[in-house]
Amino acid sequence: MRVVVDLNRCQGYAQCAFLAPDVFAMHGEEALLYDAQPDDIRRVDVLRAVAACPVRAITVEGAGGKWTADRVGVPHGA
Amino acid sequence: MALDGSLERLRREGHIVVVGASLAGLRAAETLRTEGFTGALTLIGDEPYGPYDRPPLSKQVLLGRVPPDHTDLPRHCAIDARWRLGVAASGLDLAAKRVALADGTSVEYDRLLIATGVRSRPWPNELEACLDGVFVLRTRDDAARLDHRLKAGPSRVLVIGAGFTGSEIASVCRERDLPVTVAERGATPLVGALGSVIGEVAARLQHQHGVDLRCGVMVTGLEGDSAGRLRRAHFSDGGTVEAEVAVVALGATRNTEWLAGSGLAAGPRGIACDAGCRAFDIRGIVADDVFVAGDVARSPHPLFGYQFLSLEHWGNAVAQAEVAAHNMISPGERRRPHLWTPYFWSAQFGVNIKSVGVPNMADHILISQGSLDEPRFTAAYGYQGRVIAAVSFDQAKWLEFYQRQIEQAAPFPLPFTTVDRRPEGMRPVPAGFPDPSVPTHGPEVTVSGHSPTDQRVTFTPA
Ligand SMILES: Cc1cc2nc3c(=O)[nH]c(=O)nc-3n(C[C@H](O)[C@H](O)[C@H](O)COP(=O)(O)OP(=O)(O)OC[C@H]3O[C@@H](n4cnc5c(N)ncnc54)[C@H](O)[C@@H]3O)c2cc1C
Ligand code: SF4
Repeated sequence: MRVVVDLNRCQGYAQCAFLAPDVFAMHGEEALLYDAQPDDIRRVDVLRAVAACPVRAITVEGAGGKWTADRVGVPHGA
Repeated sequence: MALDGSLERLRREGHIVVVGASLAGLRAAETLRTEGFTGALTLIGDEPYGPYDRPPLSKQVLLGRVPPDHTDLPRHCAIDARWRLGVAASGLDLAAKRVALADGTSVEYDRLLIATGVRSRPWPNELEACLDGVFVLRTRDDAARLDHRLKAGPSRVLVIGAGFTGSEIASVCRERDLPVTVAERGATPLVGALGSVIGEVAARLQHQHGVDLRCGVMVTGLEGDSAGRLRRAHFSDGGTVEAEVAVVALGATRNTEWLAGSGLAAGPRGIACDAGCRAFDIRGIVADDVFVAGDVARSPHPLFGYQFLSLEHWGNAVAQAEVAAHNMISPGERRRPHLWTPYFWSAQFGVNIKSVGVPNMADHILISQGSLDEPRFTAAYGYQGRVIAAVSFDQAKWLEFYQRQIEQAAPFPLPFTTVDRRPEGMRPVPAGFPDPSVPTHGPEVTVSGHSPTDQRVTFTPA
């Protein structure tokens, strides 16, 4: 799967790093580093991170946000 | 919707060609499809890869945490395009509406989007640039080569130019525990982008992380051994440094050579376009069917009295591509201007640096939150009594507030007392921008006057 974070929008709240630590990691206090093509077995984690990001900075291919997040039982938005 | 017949036909069965298959090209293609374009779409890119993201290359990729080919950009929707990858566009015939390709073929278009971006400025001495161990960093292949060499544990890495890219590379090298020397012609790192007040903080970060930082010097020559491997660099102050790897981070040049003779207003400063992303020709007349977006564009910005502004920023490429694509398939009254307020981020030495607006237009700076010493702060930049930009070190949450101040041309210094304002933040001080020609690194932001065809760099703030 493919992921991109709009780091202009990201505010380093670290929810994503908490929910999908194999994909997103904080580097220092506030900078976020991530793997843009994580293994598909991380999908559920990544979609949780997408849904939890308070500024909606994470895009996942095909997920388009709502329905994919809903399908894995993650409440949309945070 | 009330479209005239030809536009409706274009939307239904026209052919749109995008040259440059990277961030701006992909986002434009997606916008065309989501806004209902059902005709044929061709993306031409000279790299052998589909669209990938560049910011990770100087960060997680060079750190060795993510492989270089793990940077593909996600697709927001199926774009159903014909991809011509690994082949460069080599010419444009505006009258025939035809793009010539390097393999001798050509592609006709009804509407064209040019998103060919920029490339790294190479080391000016060609023989020295060919030495084994001399690198630039712009593409996935560049990152793979450099990462491979860093893995071998070179005795020392020399970074030439301490702009954002050079500073990020130096940061990565220190994190990989490699000895690093950074050479910068300006007074401090990042001085061209953020001025010397903030540049001093960047310099301190480099020192604290063990970088051998040399400011106010130029690298005058790179010397190889008999096998053609880089061995030593010579500096303008007479000094030398032994290094096995040199990364040339001197800024970028626009990919516009292929447009030479086409009649478009394209040159080393980029391609001039109007606020609606339509390209200007050399007579200063906008072309109706040629659009421009991303790093290669030069477009008038209302924040700066409609002077042309070039931005080598990820967010600009996305926003401008969306506007260009929308306008390509919309009638005049529905077209939108590209009025994006510049945003930028960089991660180096464990600090998240972000900026909004155009700092390098400023005359003064005020540390409005936090302290330069921590370093965790937000600084506001002023230009002739109004807020023009802000930068944060590990305080991104404040930037949205400053974005509004910039867009409203709020007075500078800000009249209210912000939270966490320290004594050092009570008085504005000169921001310390050098003459733009001084720093080694080319600026990522350039303001270049009012003339669409003028290719001289004129720095005349509105
Ligand atoms: C190492 C690095 C780190 C960065 N970090 C940040 C950051 O932290 N924050 C930030 O905001 N921005 C950053 N950027 C800048 C950001 O990546 C760019 O603004 C963005 O890539 C611009 O996208 P673009 O599509 O306009 O141009 P580009 O990404 O340059 O794409 C242009 C494409 O067109 C191709 N092309 C050129 N000429 C031709 C031709 N004649 N025919 C066919 N194809 C052609 C090129 O090969 C390229 O693939 C960074 C850039 C680099 C290189
Ligand atoms: S959750 Fe969102 S804002 Fe927080 S670090 Fe991740 S991407 Fe950034």
